Amino acid sequence: MRNIWAIYKKELRLYFHSPIAYVVLTIFLILMGWLFYSNMAFFSRISVQAVQNPRLSSQLDATDAIFTPLIGNMTIILLFIIPGLTMRLFAEEKKQGTLELLYSYPVRDGEVLFGKFFACFTVFLIMLALTALYPILIGVFGSLEIRPVLAGYLGVLLLGMTFISVGVLMSSLTSNQLVAFILGFGTLLFFWVLGFASAYLDPKMAAVLDHASLIQHVNNFSRGLITTRDLIYYVNFSVFCLFLTVQALASHRWKG
Amino acid sequence: MIQVENLTKFYGLVPGIRDVTFGIESGEIVGFLGPNGAGKSTTMRILTCYMPATSGTATVGGFDVFESPLEVRRRLGYLPENVPIYLDLTVRDYLNFVGDLKGMDRKKKRHQIDKLIPLTGIKEVEDRIIGNLSKGYRQRVGLTQALLNDPEVLILDEPTTGLDPKQIIEIRDLIRNLAGSRTIILCTHILPEVSMTCSRVIIINKGQVITQDTPENLIRQLQQRSLVEIEVEGPIEQIQDKLQSVPTVVSVSPQRRSADGSGSTLFHVETERDTDMRRELAAAVCGNGWGLMTLKPVSMTLEDIFVQLVTEEEH
Repeated sequence: MRNIWAIYKKELRLYFHSPIAYVVLTIFLILMGWLFYSNMAFFSRISVQAVQNPRLSSQLDATDAIFTPLIGNMTIILLFIIPGLTMRLFAEEKKQGTLELLYSYPVRDGEVLFGKFFACFTVFLIMLALTALYPILIGVFGSLEIRPVLAGYLGVLLLGMTFISVGVLMSSLTSNQLVAFILGFGTLLFFWVLGFASAYLDPKMAAVLDHASLIQHVNNFSRGLITTRDLIYYVNFSVFCLFLTVQALASHRWKG
Repeated sequence: MIQVENLTKFYGLVPGIRDVTFGIESGEIVGFLGPNGAGKSTTMRILTCYMPATSGTATVGGFDVFESPLEVRRRLGYLPENVPIYLDLTVRDYLNFVGDLKGMDRKKKRHQIDKLIPLTGIKEVEDRIIGNLSKGYRQRVGLTQALLNDPEVLILDEPTTGLDPKQIIEIRDLIRNLAGSRTIILCTHILPEVSMTCSRVIIINKGQVITQDTPENLIRQLQQRSLVEIEVEGPIEQIQDKLQSVPTVVSVSPQRRSADGSGSTLFHVETERDTDMRRELAAAVCGNGWGLMTLKPVSMTLEDIFVQLVTEEEH
């Protein structure tokens, strides 16, 4: 536990002593801010039209029209931002040789992994916390349903955790940060689009693909639906990736 | 303290080291000497549990490096060759991090850091980011992290590269002072370093241990001839003939005329092993009325031995 904490502190320092965290946070917030503004502008246009159309106005809902699409947008941005956040975690240490020194201390592979994982997760949490401004703004100037917002955030949290696990795994496989990024982004994108073909496939096959696809599960959350099925999917996905990472880290100690 | 038996490591089909066997007693400073690519770092990486050997065993403090790596690593201080430390941290943050990982409690960590920082001479840079420090300072930060847990075994892979001469002397003194109860392995290809600091030398070439002994013993064993340098003023041919006639002299070779225009010439005189003919040589020169400018014995350096051993291997 002490070792995890030590590694965690060090990783957070590295994130914030280098430009990485600031660049990622800035880019993420600029994009999110712009998307929020676009959704807001769209909503206000619709609202103006709704004044003349009572049927439309009864369906008008700020949460559905602004927040739900915003969650969808955020997941897309995370798709390429998170591999950027995770790519250096192991690749950089391998390249600089610091991993060799790290492994001369009495520390276990798992402790190194979890320290790094939680540090990255913390940066992600900070990113996410800063976007809370948008639902608060909707709540102040309009009406907001709190439960879909919380469910949406829970979904993004789980999705982010899964993204980080994939990114960490890819970073542990190579000593090149760019390779780690492409592998991470590619893998995530693949699991993202896995369900795209399901409409044209054999129903059984389609069900499997739909379930394996990352996007399918986050949709439920952003609609305010929390199911154990989706929870288990993300937890399983993460645990499996972290398990593979531990194996990858141990592989340099395999006899050969 | 350290026992290595028949250690072999293959990288694919290429052997990194083959059948390396040596033992190091507690409190010894051992020089691990070899040309680049001889297998020094490979051996150290196995000893520090970074990678396993293909076959053979290695134990540190009675613990097998493969079976109980955590126990081994608890007793270890290691400075790898290229000093891989985190460039984005400040010196003190970095040392705190290392102290945590080495399982030291807050009080002991603080005590050790405060003790070592002046000792390794990094007081003036303790709050600076490591990436902005010169190579010499980084090297000393690396050394500090190795010493932090007051380890029983200290493994230093080329600890003085990149330092200026004054720093090199300081670091060597530091290493010597660290001895005592501590066991130190010093990997290097800088030979004076070994003869100055180490009580024993292990010479490794092409993945195999060639020889191991004290530096003095190695020199004694391998020195076939005694060599005397003599500078004489006078006619070269006559001097050469005269010196050649002194008993036990094997060869006399004129080296160069002295540059100061005094007309003196430097000769290398080889005599048989373990003989000291300086008295007779001086008498021979003075007896003929030539001027004896200098006369001194030249002992073989570790460098000569090393080159001799490594080239003997190759033939």
